[in-house]
Amino acid sequence: MKGTVIIIGGGPAGCEAAHQLAEKGCRVHLVEKNNETGGNLNNWYQLFPDRKEAESVRGYLRRRVSRPGVEFHAGTEPRTTSRRPQGGFAVELTDGSLVEGDALLVATGFRTFDAARKEEYGYGIYENVITSVELENLFANHEVRTSRGETPRRVGIIHCVGSRDEKVCNYHCSKVCCVTGVKQAIELREMLPEAEVFCFYMDMRMFGPGYEEMYREAQERHNIKFVRGRLSEAAENQEKQLQIKVEDTLVGRPLRMTLDLMVLLVGMEASEGSRKMASALGLELAPNGFIRPADPHWGTNLTGADGVFVAGSCTAPMSLTDTLADARSAADSITEYLDAKESREP
Amino acid sequence: MKLEGKEQIWKDYQKEIADDRYYYARSCIRQTFFPGSEWAYLDILRNRLGKDVMDDPRHTTCTGIGYHSDVVPAQTIMTVVARHFALMTEAGYENITPSCITSFGIYTEILETWAHHPEVEEQVREYLWKATGREFKKPRNLAHTSDIIYKFRGEIAARARHRLVDAHTGRPLRGVDHIGCHYAKMFPSKGIGGAEFPAVLSGMITAWGGEAVDYPERRHCCGFGFRQYLVMANRGYSVANSKKKFESMRPYEPDFIVANCPGCAMFLDKWQYTISEMEGTTYGANGYGIPVLTYEELAGLVLGYDPWELGLQMHQVAVEPLLDKMGVAYDPEAKYLTRDGKEMGRPKCPTYLKV
Repeated sequence: MKGTVIIIGGGPAGCEAAHQLAEKGCRVHLVEKNNETGGNLNNWYQLFPDRKEAESVRGYLRRRVSRPGVEFHAGTEPRTTSRRPQGGFAVELTDGSLVEGDALLVATGFRTFDAARKEEYGYGIYENVITSVELENLFANHEVRTSRGETPRRVGIIHCVGSRDEKVCNYHCSKVCCVTGVKQAIELREMLPEAEVFCFYMDMRMFGPGYEEMYREAQERHNIKFVRGRLSEAAENQEKQLQIKVEDTLVGRPLRMTLDLMVLLVGMEASEGSRKMASALGLELAPNGFIRPADPHWGTNLTGADGVFVAGSCTAPMSLTDTLADARSAADSITEYLDAKESREP
Repeated sequence: MKLEGKEQIWKDYQKEIADDRYYYARSCIRQTFFPGSEWAYLDILRNRLGKDVMDDPRHTTCTGIGYHSDVVPAQTIMTVVARHFALMTEAGYENITPSCITSFGIYTEILETWAHHPEVEEQVREYLWKATGREFKKPRNLAHTSDIIYKFRGEIAARARHRLVDAHTGRPLRGVDHIGCHYAKMFPSKGIGGAEFPAVLSGMITAWGGEAVDYPERRHCCGFGFRQYLVMANRGYSVANSKKKFESMRPYEPDFIVANCPGCAMFLDKWQYTISEMEGTTYGANGYGIPVLTYEELAGLVLGYDPWELGLQMHQVAVEPLLDKMGVAYDPEAKYLTRDGKEMGRPKCPTYLKV
């Protein structure tokens, strides 16, 4: 036994790291505030770029942690976190239990941007404005309809809602919304073949393998129209449609359009859990609110606090692929730390 | 539309409004186009609600129109506003209440500038001292006069002689609220309800029995936009903006429009005549326009003021259809009589717009 590791957060990063650490001979306490693993992935239907069912990844994660060496603490979260006098950590959980470990991994993920903060888009007020997360839920139920139960004939997907937006104090790019928008636009066209689908974007950041190809396919095969321009405001008409105002920056003209359904691609923000753990452990936050790792190049899983590690999107917006890789990297960093600690001890 | 979503936003955008002892700052243009509005405001505040309001004849323009037209420099307008604050201070008041939305925006912008750049405030204090020998305290509370009427909308409703309800059918009258751009679009936190779903006027409409209309171009500028109108060659833009709004609100069949900016009320009123002459289009029922009121006039009607005392005969769009719906009694023969019973002259009859 190398040692015991406490992992806060049972999303993809926490689960993958738990498995890797158990494989390497560590005992793991995996703490998750919800009753099941998966985190934000539980809100998704299909994944980019291969349109894999999110459920298959959720199943993969469940299997990863259903093994000897991993103790899953569900439906609970840290109440107090402290350093033990003899080294390591003691975490008192809200269910009254106490877990102790030699190292602590923060894998508290992200939260999606509250779309109501972009007041001019009317989320929570206009009946046919939904978020990208809510659209995933409609996909899962295999039915996309307007509030009046009609089949939408024109759908607009608004990129960068809560990302790269000084007005809501979020300067950062959420990285995965562009390709999510492309994926959702294709899904909409498949589900609603008669509907027009428009994506309103600032830049299309197709950085991952298969992303650019998917973007091209969206245009050539699915006839999805991409308009480079930011939505300035939306209003609701008597038919409960959305009347939107956008600037088409490629044409250099303002554009007005009526939509039956408007989807807001909500960005990522630091989760409440990340902020709490940062406060409890004295971790530094970056200006965007995410936890700042020790170094952006060689110390992405390390923090300024001895024995405290980070993995996944608690440090920055990250795709699922990158999250899983980052979790494996964090597991390596932790075992290196535990090995070094063991070799120092008499 | 989900009202609970709006109510959440309204909770987030509430502002402190003083209870009493207001220093009143008149508008340059409100008295010209809506001559009973400011009188009605003072009468309602002083004689119906028992408030102390200082109406100071020494108060001048804030020069906001010149500032927004790039002919008055920032230092000049700040010094003029500093003089207003000095007059308020000398009169023993702390709560300033401008009638004009442009002035409200100017005061807000200047106070915010000074809060972030104290050195600018010091410089302006020096300018004012050198120019006038005056000193000032910054207002403890800044509220637009529509904020004040909003604050006392319940008291006004309790004294209502006429509600915003069709007296014949009991149907709530549909009111379009138009908020001046400089009320909250620059500083959303300074407006009741914020910039996107302001509640300052719609709150009055509903408190007085009416139904507030939310239509797609509700947020759009009336078309004044300073240089859009002040430069004659640009006036087509101004008319086009108003037309856009009228076209958007028409399907909702509004019974009236209420505005809190003197410029907006003027343009939404006058341009209905212009559009009717240009295109033969009218936006009310049976060839009439949609009556446009200031919030003081609307409050006055609710409280039972005589429409001609309120100066409603000076509107371009006839208000009689609204008066008839509200059940307000009026003497058609007295419409164009002065207070001492003399003929004041009658406007020419428009080609298309029924008056």
